[in-house]
Amino acid sequence: MAFNIIVLAKQVPDTRNIGKDAMKADGTVNRGALPAIFNPEDLNALEQALGIKDRYPGSTITMLTMGPGRAADILREGLFRGADDGVLLTDRAFAGADTLATSYALSTAVRKIGKYDLIICGRQAIDGDTAQVGPQVAEKLNIPQVTYAEEIEEINNGKARVKRRLENGVETVESPLPLLVTVNGSARTCRPRNAKLLLKFKHAKTVTERQAENIDYIDIYSTRPYLNLTEWGVADVDADIDLCGLSGSPTKVKKIENVVFQTKESKHLSGSDDEIEQLMIELIANHTIG
Amino acid sequence: MNNIIVYIETDEGAVADVSLELLTKGRSLADQLGCKLEAVAIGNHLGEVGKQVFPYGVDALHIFNDARLSPYTTLPHTSILVNLFKQIKPQICLMGATIIGRDLGPRVSSSLGSGLTADCTSLEIGDHEDRKAGKTYKNLLYQIRPAFGGNIVAWIINPDHRPQMATVREGVMKKEVLDPLYKGEIVEHDVNDYVNADDFAVAVIERHIEKSKVNIKNAPIIIAGGYGVGSKENFDLLYDLADVLGGEVGASRAAVDAGFAEHERQIGQTGVTVRPKLYIACGISGQIQHVAGMQDSSIIISINNDANAPINTMADYVITGEVETVIPKMIKYYKKNSK
Repeated sequence: MAFNIIVLAKQVPDTRNIGKDAMKADGTVNRGALPAIFNPEDLNALEQALGIKDRYPGSTITMLTMGPGRAADILREGLFRGADDGVLLTDRAFAGADTLATSYALSTAVRKIGKYDLIICGRQAIDGDTAQVGPQVAEKLNIPQVTYAEEIEEINNGKARVKRRLENGVETVESPLPLLVTVNGSARTCRPRNAKLLLKFKHAKTVTERQAENIDYIDIYSTRPYLNLTEWGVADVDADIDLCGLSGSPTKVKKIENVVFQTKESKHLSGSDDEIEQLMIELIANHTIG
Repeated sequence: MNNIIVYIETDEGAVADVSLELLTKGRSLADQLGCKLEAVAIGNHLGEVGKQVFPYGVDALHIFNDARLSPYTTLPHTSILVNLFKQIKPQICLMGATIIGRDLGPRVSSSLGSGLTADCTSLEIGDHEDRKAGKTYKNLLYQIRPAFGGNIVAWIINPDHRPQMATVREGVMKKEVLDPLYKGEIVEHDVNDYVNADDFAVAVIERHIEKSKVNIKNAPIIIAGGYGVGSKENFDLLYDLADVLGGEVGASRAAVDAGFAEHERQIGQTGVTVRPKLYIACGISGQIQHVAGMQDSSIIISINNDANAPINTMADYVITGEVETVIPKMIKYYKKNSK
């Protein structure tokens, strides 16, 4: 048995360790100062796909990402770790999409890819934390979904057995294929890059990248077709433009507020023995502790 | 009239706290809008749900009772909500941002083509003027949530699509009984009118539910550590202080991501919301996504070596110093001065 797997992955700004230079003086986010990374839970998803490829030889993994041209990095990262090919969905018309418009666009690309048994993606992306795109892609494709997965255990007779992480426990479900699975961060971490694959796919490029870089050894792309990363726009996937980007987004951002804390009159202490003792005495006296 | 509807989560017939919290919020939004508050419960053994939800001001409770609907699976619950909403056309739908709510909400919103905002920390009613289109919208639901890793706060609206859907985490809203004798109507539905056989294609084979060992939600004293605590070993100091004071240990997202503490201790928009009488923030800078989960604490102490940490502005006591030296002193002088 072999399976065709599509891994959905997103390039995200690293919002986890935001330094001071990432916030501008007016309190807005300076996106340029944040490194762009492979969304962490999408790496857990890729690992699940690679695990299936290990156990069911002949299975293939296609990376699919939507974003600006530089998001092709995500596809290469997938190839370095064992994916077979990559598709970049990129078009100005996709810009400003909320989760629903994003899901619509991704679903059109999945339909264009055509044959698939499993779609695997991270539970959520760290820039939005919504966890909505996975289920919404599944709905658009009219296939079942299993969210918060920790392990795709086995696939038998056209059914996948998946372990899920719940609030206070675990659950195992069985679903027919094709199926969309969103993978939780508690799943096993992704294997590192493979040195051979790194060499093999180092020059994998989208057509736009090849043109922009004016590469003179252009003939390697005809002799080594695996170096051609697929790049699709709205027209290539037959998407209805009214359902894409800002116009296809039912949710709108009314406003963005910078963070303003309700400030209190604070008592400042240096951490000296004397001051800490006074603090503890005060907290005991007013029954906060003790 | 287009009403507000709350999806009720149940466990063995007992309604989840988050659902009751949303009913309280839903009731106040309904009063503002002059509409009714409805609720929908889908599962098995739902006979006691009415008794539990009506005191929160529910005017109509839709019941879908069928052994096949419990434990929860995505597809039948989706079909029921989608078909029910097409029929009764609610203007607002609220769900808990639980594993169920975050599995079900997006699927329903996609099917209906309506917008959904996850993990809201505040919900308000207000107007919106779209200057470009020259249109004014009255009484929209403002869905307010930290965004971009919690570094900004976004106000989201759904001007043209209904229902306006939002999920909210447990503990964010406060539950409050409106009237113990409040009378609502029970509407029993025939499940077969709403689902089809394909909806039961996914089967739950095995479940292990453990009672959570950590109970930070109701702890009166919380010692919370951030990335600034520096290591898992330093976190032990927080446990020592928690033991002495009779509190629980919490953590910021950064500390959980760094592996200093378990996920179930995470406080903030994507974790638990807490309101203890004493909150000691150790090495926590104070990203909005964390602050959203602890700002209602009665007394806040911030221990940080950065005198300008954002969280200090909201603290009652700011101790500028290293966590490793300050906490042992707190333990020492608490022991010396108590009893």
